[in-house]
Amino acid sequence: MELMHYLTLSAILFSIGFFGILTRRNAIAILMSLELMFNAVNINLVAFNRFINPGEYVGQIFAIFVVVVAAAEATVGLAIIILIYRNWRSIDADRVNLLKW
Amino acid sequence: MLNNTFIIPLLPLFAFIVIVFFTRWKEKLSAGISISMTAIGWVLSIITMIQVVTHQGEHAVRIEQAFDIINFTGFRLELGTLLDPLTAVMLIVVTTVALMVQIYSLGYMHGDPRFSRYYAYLSLFTFSMLGLVVANNFFEIFIFWELVGLTSYLLIGFWFEKKSASDAGKKAFITTKVGDLGFLLGLLIMGMTLGTFNYGEVFGLVEAGAISGGLLTLMAIGIFCGAVGKSAQFPLHVWLPDAMEGPTPVSALIHAATMVAAGVFLVARCMTIFIASPEAAMTVAWIGLITAFMAASIALVQNDIKRVLAYSTLSQLGYMIMALGLAGFTAGTFHLMTHAFFKALLFLGAGSVIHAVHTNNIQEMGGLSSKMKTTAMTFIIASLSISGIFPLSGFWSKDEIIASAHNHPFFMVIALLVAFMTAFYMFRLCFLTFFGAPRDQEKYDHAHESPKSMTMPLVFLAVLSVCAGWVGIPWLKHGFSSVVYHGHPHHVEANILLMIISSLVAVSGIALAYLMYYKKSISAEAMGRRFQPIYKLLYNKYYIDEIYDAVIIQPIYWTARSLWRFDAGIIDGLVNLHATVTIWLSKVKYWIDVYIVDGIVNGLGLVTGAASSVLRLIQSGRLAHYLLVILFGLIVIGFLASSNLLNWAFLEVGIH
Amino acid sequence: MIEQIVFYLFAFVIVASALAVVTMRNIFHCALFLILCLFTVAGIYVLLSAEFLAVVQVLLYVGAVAILMIFAIMLTSKLAGREIQMSNEQTFIGTFLSLIMVFGLVVSFSRTIFRLSDEVPPSESTLAIGRLLMTDYVLPFEMISVLLLAALIGAIVLARREGN
Repeated sequence: MELMHYLTLSAILFSIGFFGILTRRNAIAILMSLELMFNAVNINLVAFNRFINPGEYVGQIFAIFVVVVAAAEATVGLAIIILIYRNWRSIDADRVNLLKW
Repeated sequence: MLNNTFIIPLLPLFAFIVIVFFTRWKEKLSAGISISMTAIGWVLSIITMIQVVTHQGEHAVRIEQAFDIINFTGFRLELGTLLDPLTAVMLIVVTTVALMVQIYSLGYMHGDPRFSRYYAYLSLFTFSMLGLVVANNFFEIFIFWELVGLTSYLLIGFWFEKKSASDAGKKAFITTKVGDLGFLLGLLIMGMTLGTFNYGEVFGLVEAGAISGGLLTLMAIGIFCGAVGKSAQFPLHVWLPDAMEGPTPVSALIHAATMVAAGVFLVARCMTIFIASPEAAMTVAWIGLITAFMAASIALVQNDIKRVLAYSTLSQLGYMIMALGLAGFTAGTFHLMTHAFFKALLFLGAGSVIHAVHTNNIQEMGGLSSKMKTTAMTFIIASLSISGIFPLSGFWSKDEIIASAHNHPFFMVIALLVAFMTAFYMFRLCFLTFFGAPRDQEKYDHAHESPKSMTMPLVFLAVLSVCAGWVGIPWLKHGFSSVVYHGHPHHVEANILLMIISSLVAVSGIALAYLMYYKKSISAEAMGRRFQPIYKLLYNKYYIDEIYDAVIIQPIYWTARSLWRFDAGIIDGLVNLHATVTIWLSKVKYWIDVYIVDGIVNGLGLVTGAASSVLRLIQSGRLAHYLLVILFGLIVIGFLASSNLLNWAFLEVGIH
Repeated sequence: MIEQIVFYLFAFVIVASALAVVTMRNIFHCALFLILCLFTVAGIYVLLSAEFLAVVQVLLYVGAVAILMIFAIMLTSKLAGREIQMSNEQTFIGTFLSLIMVFGLVVSFSRTIFRLSDEVPPSESTLAIGRLLMTDYVLPFEMISVLLLAALIGAIVLARREGN
């Protein structure tokens, strides 16, 4: 198996995740898309570790860290979403336009 | 005491400070402090005098103590004391009269709402006068000179609710300032030419001829101007009669015995300068003579008891000045001393009378001798003394003054005439006040003898009026002239002929007054009618006030009015024109501001607002939009990087 | 050969389930497809001989994150109640740009020359990773622990009802 296959897979996965972020209105769905992108990155890291530097595990360790950070991010993100839901009775990301003055 | 003269002036200053800051609310205590401090000063002055008189040595005592307040190279200002016989005499005179007046004032000022303030002023005056007397340089004497003028102003205008009193205060202050200006000019000439103010150094330089001719005369006349103002000599005498608006003890202290004598003292102090400049000395003598004669003649017809005494004071001061101008240093100083005592007595006696009858007009008095025995007795003693009756003190001093004019027959004749007039007007005063039938029965019934605090000083001063002159009896071996002298002591030879003549003159003056005002054998009214023009001239004081009014005051008013018109018409017009132009210009500027400057600012705001309302469409606040834009930008950058349209070297680094 | 077949199978499942996650209308179905996707990615890790990571993927993502997602969905939409509109008006341009991004990424990957290694990966990687985490990477490890703690506290603070 060549490295290129994995990279292509991760590219497709990443783009799908990005597409989800761009198009989804449900905040939880956006969070899911984000997880897809994290996974795409992780595939990349592990693939590079496997094909370029198999004996040193650096890529795998980084992937572990990414997983943990993603878990933390999901926790906080979902907490925020629940908070928003409580205040607005909605999790429509397009209605959350506080960034606009 | 010889080395601690400086203590004497500081005592009343201490009293002044204590009264002003601590005991102002306690009247009795304030008076007590003031009197006790002056009494201590009096005792110290007597001790000083005794030490000066008993001083053994070829020359008279001369002790100078000073410290520098300013010391530049070549120029020095010092503060110090100079003790010599003249100072000692003045110390005695000032402290004695001050003490008597302060005791007397206990009764006279009783119940006055500003009692403490009065004593504070008296203390301040005593301090200033003593400082003036003990000063050792011209700068210092000038300071005290002005301080004395200030206290004089304060005390003349003490009852400032009375317009005439406050006006008199101002008049005295301003008139003496005219003289002080001359004094200041004299001092400036001194400072510029001699470079020092110290008495000893100045006199040494003058004697050495460091200054001569016109400049010396100018300097001497300048200094004499100060004396003219302070001693109320012609032509600056006009303030003294008006100064009688002040409390009578003040008149006795300041305007009879001490402050007005300051001018005489100054001339005596500067004797060396006047001897060096005969022209100045002659001016001094003439001014003294004119004043003596003029004031005596005015005093003949005045009806206000204090004004008669005021003109009498002028006349006697003129006497002293004349004697000094004729180099009669000892005579002038001697008369200064004796005069201080009997004139203070006269004023205090007059105060006692006024206290009793509440009027100054002698035409409303009469027959008071039966009711006010002490006052009448002492008043008559003083009158005899001033008239020059043997053997009272005035006799000896007046004789010396007339004797000092022995080289100038004209002066001598006029001096004798003045002596005659003096005797006449003094006894006119006595007879009208104390003898004859009461002319105002109501005031007579109301009259009473003054309290002890007022009569005691009268008696004490009466004793001095009798005895003080005895120190100058010509037959004495160690009399006044062997202590107080200028240059070297010259023993005054007793001039028996002159004594007889002057006694005759005095007695004839008294006799004329007796005939006119006691016996009424000569009608005063008839005399007045016969010599109507002269009477009117004298009664109106030679119209000098009116002349001053016409010559000085009216022109000043006229000039002021013209200047006011100039100011109101032209300067105000210019100012108003300027203001009008400014307002017009401001309107133009306002228009520019509103339509152009504000227009630009508002226009900028509008343009910004319009542009923003377009741009704000981009800012939706939705993350999805932002991410889209980010992605778009990322793709564009990636495209540019990969298509080598941009040569991004840093991307090449990782590519191998 | 088998490895290749397995890869393609996994890749297909990953792409299909990912597309389902981003396009399906029912958010609950999306979550289920997400679980499938993540599970399959764990398979990819095994193919890449990263067994430990595969286990972590299953435990953390499938076991924790996905469950968390489902909880959130249940809390917010009242147990997949009425459907809300899932997509916004950016669908077309998003598709376009995503395709361009895939294209760009693939092109740039294919143009890049990697220094590949012929080394055969050791079979027992877990032990080595554990040892590295406790030695060379202990500082990031500790930091990530602190981060997790912070996230935990943050989530509690954010989500708790006030007044309770």
